Amino acid sequence: MKKIFALSIALMASSFTLPAQAALKVFACEPEWAALSKELGGANVDVYAATTALQDVHKIQPRPSLIAKYRQADLVVCTGAELEVGWLPPLAEKGNNPKVNPGTPGYFEASRFISMMEVPSRLDRSDGDVHAYGNPHVQTAPDSIAAVAKGLADKFAEVDAAHAADYKQRYQQFNLKWTAAMQKWAIKGKPLNGVAVVSSHKGWSYMYRWLGMQEVATLEPKPGIPPSAAHLEDVLATLKTKPAKMVVFAAYQDRRPADWLSEHANIPTVELPFSVGGVAGTDDLFGLFDVTLDRLLTALQGKK
Amino acid sequence: MFKPTLVALGVAAMLSAPAYAADNSTPPSSKDLEQIRQEMQQLKQSYEQRLQSLEQRLQAAEAAPQPAPVADATPPPAAASAQSGNAFNPKISLILNGTYAHFSNDKPAVVPGYLLGDETGFTEAGMSLGETELAIEANIDDKFHGWAALSVAPEGGIGVEEAYINTLSLPAGFAVKMGRFFSDIGYQNHQHAHAWDFVDAPLVYRTMLGNQLGDDGVQVRWIAPTDLLLELGSELTRGDAFPAGGDNRNNIKAWTAFAHLGGDAGEGGSWRVGLSHLRGNAENRADSADTITNFTGRSNLTILDTVYKWAPQGNPSVTNFVAQAEFFYRKENGSLVYDPDGSADSSNYKGNQRGFYVQGVYQFMPRWRAGVRYDWLSADNTLDNAVAGTSLETMADNSGHPQRYSAMVDFSNSEFSRFRLQFSRDQSRPNQDVDNQVFLQYIFSLGSHPAHQF
Repeated sequence: MKKIFALSIALMASSFTLPAQAALKVFACEPEWAALSKELGGANVDVYAATTALQDVHKIQPRPSLIAKYRQADLVVCTGAELEVGWLPPLAEKGNNPKVNPGTPGYFEASRFISMMEVPSRLDRSDGDVHAYGNPHVQTAPDSIAAVAKGLADKFAEVDAAHAADYKQRYQQFNLKWTAAMQKWAIKGKPLNGVAVVSSHKGWSYMYRWLGMQEVATLEPKPGIPPSAAHLEDVLATLKTKPAKMVVFAAYQDRRPADWLSEHANIPTVELPFSVGGVAGTDDLFGLFDVTLDRLLTALQGKK
Repeated sequence: MFKPTLVALGVAAMLSAPAYAADNSTPPSSKDLEQIRQEMQQLKQSYEQRLQSLEQRLQAAEAAPQPAPVADATPPPAAASAQSGNAFNPKISLILNGTYAHFSNDKPAVVPGYLLGDETGFTEAGMSLGETELAIEANIDDKFHGWAALSVAPEGGIGVEEAYINTLSLPAGFAVKMGRFFSDIGYQNHQHAHAWDFVDAPLVYRTMLGNQLGDDGVQVRWIAPTDLLLELGSELTRGDAFPAGGDNRNNIKAWTAFAHLGGDAGEGGSWRVGLSHLRGNAENRADSADTITNFTGRSNLTILDTVYKWAPQGNPSVTNFVAQAEFFYRKENGSLVYDPDGSADSSNYKGNQRGFYVQGVYQFMPRWRAGVRYDWLSADNTLDNAVAGTSLETMADNSGHPQRYSAMVDFSNSEFSRFRLQFSRDQSRPNQDVDNQVFLQYIFSLGSHPAHQF
């Protein structure tokens, strides 16, 4: 115990002696916003990703390391729209950092720059873990990233005015690259137009809209309720009248329900990264969409 | 986008064709013919160019992403509002719970070496409704947040479990809480009963903190600006809650201090270690069993707690594991009086008690968890006058080591609902008298999304 205390006091001392003009400390709730912050902030920001693409962002716990990072953040960048409702409010309560509490200038919500899909017309928990502000998984389409990038660059310039010119320039560079990439992806993704799919969770509504794909069923009977055997049978029956080309699931999700359906309906499964770092080759946002499209196209050719 | 241009082109073509037809009604000369040919050629070229450019635009439009209303980022649509927890202010949740309990032993639930606080008996036998808990929470303004948890007992009557305000904007990592709140000592103490992993509190909590320490007072908490979590805090309280309590609360009659250290361990693990201390003063504090044994004196309780959580890649959705253990050490010094209204003498008392529990809960598949727990207590008390047949005799009984084995399985259809089956082999009564206990419990949460706990 003594040793641990000595260690922690040493750590405290070292943190107090850091140079005053350090990089802007960004606490990103999700890996996609961490990646975008790195693109737009460069060396001016020090980015911490609170979650990985292998974690279910609905089910994060406000664990000690998150409290410690929240405490030190200059800017918190989250999806919002109640995606982090289970863990961000406790972090705000435990983290003692008035700079970044929801509602303050140090708190950035990506969903504010998106026109949300699937905003429920009625709010009832019998419909599952519904999000009152609409489907929060906005990062699955590149046009969302483009819209959020502008807002985030402006936010960086606002909270770190000394580097405003840098942020503006980096945004312009990113925007050029991103626009070009979007045109490339749009052409590459053409064969997916109109393709019917089954997804594990309603996590890809924005991507389906972007590519013109159609979701005929989900493995979860209701959002947030894990697939049951009975529901999987129902999905299988649905596929007899409304056939789908593939079963889509995220790297963080249990693959067994998807595998079961794949075997019984004889269609391939597609494991998608869902966010940056979900599968190999998705270390940045460009890789995320490159790999996502590659995997969808491979599955479209019937390969498992 | 391109449609109006197409229509315009079509209209132009329709209009221009009859015009030529009209011109051509008189016999043309060769010069005229040449001119017409040239004009036709020009027209053809012009149309080809326009068609080509239209085709290009059409291709570009098809290739470009569907122009979702997102594209123009000015001004941000107000569709999603700031994350305040829910659309209503304040946010409200209601916890419903009930149990079916069976006990193989119906002797009084006393524990050798310990005087128990209020409401620390076993769950009611048979089917019973638990306390219904109503929680209301909101930011009060930019500087304060408020929280109240009211419990409604099944027989009626409203209790205030917690009602506090806490600061949102103190600088330098400080926060202050005031009102009635569950203390941050130990690990399980701050969790509401519906978030516990077992139906009942560990024996150390039952015997030394009256199940849970909640009191009226002020808490100050500070977090160091480090990547390793270091949290220090202290609470000054009225001292109404067990093990303090009784008459004359005209001062600060209890205080606590705690330190927490925590961080991540590897890819999927996280941990926290805590050391806390409680000092409480009691003056004629009645015990729960017969309310005729009074304690006056001082309690000093030290708790060492640790918790470790693990999930593959830190993703608890499919499987995860939580291990926690807490060690309690309490020293008491004072006097005990049995039957204070009668003629009994007071008895000098020195208490020296210790105990621990250790538990592990494993989620082996989505929605299903299983857990085991072991409880152990011991006491080394000195009493001058341990009147036989009273709670003083129980108090002076240092011979037994009360213990309990528990195992549970629970099923959560969603984050809002849970069913639990628990079996306990309880030997917390004198002489390690065995009580086999079976519990069936449901815990439902209505309303706003529950906050996750670490």
